[in-house]
Amino acid sequence: MKPIVEIDHVSFKYEKEWVVKDVNLSIHSGQFLGLVGPNGSGKSTLIKLMLGLVKPDQGSIQLFGQPLKKFQNWQEIGFVSQKANSFNSGFPATVLEVVRSGLVSRLGTLKFFNRQHEKKAMEALKTVEMEEFAQANIGELSGGQQQRVFIARALVSDPSLVILDEPTVGVDSKHVTDFYDLLGKLNKEQGITLLMVTHDIGTITEHATHVVCMNKTVHFHGASEEYKEFSDEDLNRLYGHSVQQLTHNHSHDEVNGR
Amino acid sequence: MIESFFQYEFLQNAAITGLLIGLVAPLLGVFIVVRRLSLIADALSHITLTGIAASLLLEKRITAINDWNPIYMGMVFSVAGAILIERLRKVYKHYEELAIPIILSSGIGLGVILISLADGFNTDLFSYLFGSVTAVDRSSMWTVLSITVIVIAIVILFYKELFVLSFDEEHASISGVNGRFIHLIFIVMVALVIASSMQVVGILLVSALMTLPVASALRLSRSFKQTIGLSIAFGEMSVIIGLISSYHLSVPPGGTIVMTAVLLLIMTMAYKKVSTQQWVKGEAQ
Repeated sequence: MKPIVEIDHVSFKYEKEWVVKDVNLSIHSGQFLGLVGPNGSGKSTLIKLMLGLVKPDQGSIQLFGQPLKKFQNWQEIGFVSQKANSFNSGFPATVLEVVRSGLVSRLGTLKFFNRQHEKKAMEALKTVEMEEFAQANIGELSGGQQQRVFIARALVSDPSLVILDEPTVGVDSKHVTDFYDLLGKLNKEQGITLLMVTHDIGTITEHATHVVCMNKTVHFHGASEEYKEFSDEDLNRLYGHSVQQLTHNHSHDEVNGR
Repeated sequence: MIESFFQYEFLQNAAITGLLIGLVAPLLGVFIVVRRLSLIADALSHITLTGIAASLLLEKRITAINDWNPIYMGMVFSVAGAILIERLRKVYKHYEELAIPIILSSGIGLGVILISLADGFNTDLFSYLFGSVTAVDRSSMWTVLSITVIVIAIVILFYKELFVLSFDEEHASISGVNGRFIHLIFIVMVALVIASSMQVVGILLVSALMTLPVASALRLSRSFKQTIGLSIAFGEMSVIIGLISSYHLSVPPGGTIVMTAVLLLIMTMAYKKVSTQQWVKGEAQ
């Protein structure tokens, strides 16, 4: 089967430095892919390249079998950014208005919202268990609740691929487990392909079906089980010098005298 | 006043124009405020002044065009200023707000020179700066009406695009929204509305009619639609109360309209404070 995302020898430089270097990556339908790597490893840039927000200097990207330049079916892709940290929390909009705005890609120009779209938005809110907050102001919610609303916004256009960029940053740890349960449900029950950027390797390998490790270029791409069998030395080899920071939790760091 | 309203055409012109801008200025103002572009209105109103000055000078030098309405030249300058701001924002990618003072000061600088050359420091200029109940003629009223109809139509047609762009530009771009195009249409609309509002409110106070009603609405509303509705309500209240008191007190309407908007803002802030305190008390009991 043809992959839904195909990244072919893609490189991107910011000013004079290569941020993404010769990346090859395919994502197949039904996968839950965790994209991990140290800070500044180009994870978020790779996502931006995939979404057409920045243009690659070399290589090509295909989405659903179409070259990115020609791709129009944006409703097939839902995107959840780190918005829980960065959006204007004083913005005067209700949760329902925010979720409904996820339908813009589906509607196209000169079409209006109607009751049907409102119903659709309510269904998406139900999926993330936030329907009781439909009329609440988006800024009044907690970080975790806002993140659920943004997931609902990504889901409302019935996408087959949802991309999440560090969605758990700013969400308190006791809600992170719920969050992964929700993602698991979307992947297994609704068959949505997921691509999630995270720096939390421990948790992602528990939930994702596949893991991609990158540091400017892809160092590992395989099933999560395979990844878990790696020893520390293997990881060291994979990443070079920055591995400690990346793969070990705090208790380990203390043992290492840091 | 009601009697004189039917008697004098200039009062009808001012009242109708006032009601139109009381609707359309806060309508665009909502998008301006939530996108944190409040100062753009100021920059564009000052460049409108340059257009007025240029028109006054031409009128003086070339006798053939002595019955030109300066509002049209004001509109041309305002729209040109809007497009220039967009250009400058791209040049100074990391200091986007720099475009505003650049345009604002160039507008005033050039304006002052042109006004002096035209010997224009007189009562006419005063009415452009602070608004006037008597300066609006029939033809400008029709112009403002056309602009109002066009702006409302565009906002309705592109409501969802304007909303997404205001809330989350990145999301707008991956939703296939042509952000540049929508933004250009938007800023041209703002330029036209500013030039339209100028005759009643005055150049120095136009931006207040776009931002103060929105500031009041933001204190009270939950949803985006409600913010738009309340902003227009506050805008219209300011215009109506402001125009009536301007007529009775014989002061420029710009002053009375803006001060009404300020009073409404203080009242909404006080209301919000009291209602929050009551709510906190109620929770405590």
